Amino acid sequence: MVSNTGWMRNREGMGVWEHRGKVALVGWGQSHMDRRWDGVALDRSCGGLTKEACLKAIADAGLSLDDIDGLITSPETRAEQTWAPRPYFDPPYDTEDGLTKTSAEWIQRELGLKNVKYFNSDAPYIGPMMGLAAQAVGDGLCETALVWYPMVNLEGRYGHNNPQNNNQEAPGASAFTLPWGYQNGAMFNNLVVFQQYCQKYGKSHDGLAPLCLNLRRNGLMTPWGYYALYEPYQLTREDYLNGRVIEEPLVIYDCDRPVNTCAAFIFTTAERAKDLRQKPVYVLNHAQNNGTGRSTMATLEEHQEAVASLARKMWEGSGLGPDDVDIFNPYDGYLTFTQQFLEGFQWHGVKWGEAHDFYAEDIRVEGPHPFLSSGGNNGTGRNRAVLFSDSIEQLRGTAGPRQVTVRAETALAGCNTPDSCGFLMMSKHPS
Amino acid sequence: MSTIPGLERPAPVPNELTQPFWDACNERRLVLQNCTSCERLHYPPTQRCNRCGSGDNLQWQEVEGKGHIDVYMVIRDSRIRGFRSAQPINFAVITLDEDPGINFLSNLPGTPPGEVPVGAPVELIFEETSNGQLVHEWQVVA
Repeated sequence: MVSNTGWMRNREGMGVWEHRGKVALVGWGQSHMDRRWDGVALDRSCGGLTKEACLKAIADAGLSLDDIDGLITSPETRAEQTWAPRPYFDPPYDTEDGLTKTSAEWIQRELGLKNVKYFNSDAPYIGPMMGLAAQAVGDGLCETALVWYPMVNLEGRYGHNNPQNNNQEAPGASAFTLPWGYQNGAMFNNLVVFQQYCQKYGKSHDGLAPLCLNLRRNGLMTPWGYYALYEPYQLTREDYLNGRVIEEPLVIYDCDRPVNTCAAFIFTTAERAKDLRQKPVYVLNHAQNNGTGRSTMATLEEHQEAVASLARKMWEGSGLGPDDVDIFNPYDGYLTFTQQFLEGFQWHGVKWGEAHDFYAEDIRVEGPHPFLSSGGNNGTGRNRAVLFSDSIEQLRGTAGPRQVTVRAETALAGCNTPDSCGFLMMSKHPS
Repeated sequence: MSTIPGLERPAPVPNELTQPFWDACNERRLVLQNCTSCERLHYPPTQRCNRCGSGDNLQWQEVEGKGHIDVYMVIRDSRIRGFRSAQPINFAVITLDEDPGINFLSNLPGTPPGEVPVGAPVELIFEETSNGQLVHEWQVVA
């Protein structure tokens, strides 16, 4: 049953997933993408973009509104820049719901969905949420779930309006981090781990340049992505190496760009998927990590064990192994941690400490090692959903100029960070 | 105030769990929880031992306050208001000699930004925060 974290597959020894191949992704929709919401255009607000994405996903699947009986979303929209107090708008934009998040009830009302029996507006961020959705359909809580993930970016410099960052007091757990300048989020601890990685394996920050350039290249082949829409030019190695330093050695080009957008997906049973418009993309397993390190900062060793465990869980539940994964789209919100997934899952045989050498090989979509064929969040803006939507497109064979030339029958995608994440194994075949 | 020019550290807010820790800091002592069953130190403070899971055997214990610099980075574009006037500023991870599995954060007062001797020994000092509460800091051993 889906409840709190009880639904998670976050332990080794759980065996083959009981719904392996019995749940399928049959629809996907991506809304327009803006750098920020201007605070005026309601069709470009969180709610407006969510409606757009949901309607596209339903149409993509060839379904009607009456077919939807499950609604799943997350409040983790990263709308850190709170505006309160502020004037609201006329209904339905008269509360935060629709502006900084979009609940299941809001979407049910706005789209006029009549047959919904399962509501969940409190799912975690998209990585585990996709697993939750697959589990909900497999468990029979609903037959056809509409699942959406908005990312919200409001006015002002990102994070500078976050109340915690402007407070002269450090309450709770932040008392042991904030007084030394530690910022919440994935940047700091993962940069610490990256520095440990470079120290251990004799690597340096410039080893990330080929990954960054290739992600931008892939992103420019993603027509709805931020860079394809607004900054349609390729980066150079010199651009990367001379990028504005945020926290040395991290530069601006290591960071995904916060954007305002929404993506939606349709999960249904394999049985129902047979007659729908799209070729089903079957779910073979989902797995999660939600551990913490022993002390203030998690260490390289702890992160490596976390991803190794995640991989073992994924192999155990899906029945697949490292050589079986064709498409691999792990999170790249900061480029400093992506290598942990590459090495932990040993994709294309990459072992601990070898990621930078792998990046320097041919990782183009036309080449033999099309890593992050999506362009990731670094190449399309921080929407996170692209990791899953590219996987679907690659398996359908509809990725256009990004379509890989190697085999594309299975895909592994997920986010966020090594110690806190959810991944989904997908396949063209149910077994 | 901090000895680092421009730095206004946010002040820790003690709670029931952490009050003994912060009280000890104000006495210029560093105390950590030790699980007397596992003989395992814990930091930050926790309700339960992260090995045996019990909260019954956690006792505060003063540690010597010697460590080494593990890794560092340099904060150049902080989102935290109290740090913006102090940039660039070091951000280092310190391992405790008595148990290298325990680590602390440090801005390494006295070490110029970016000139951090990784692996060097450090010793415990204390610095004032915005409301006068002392916090533990680390300084490269001269």
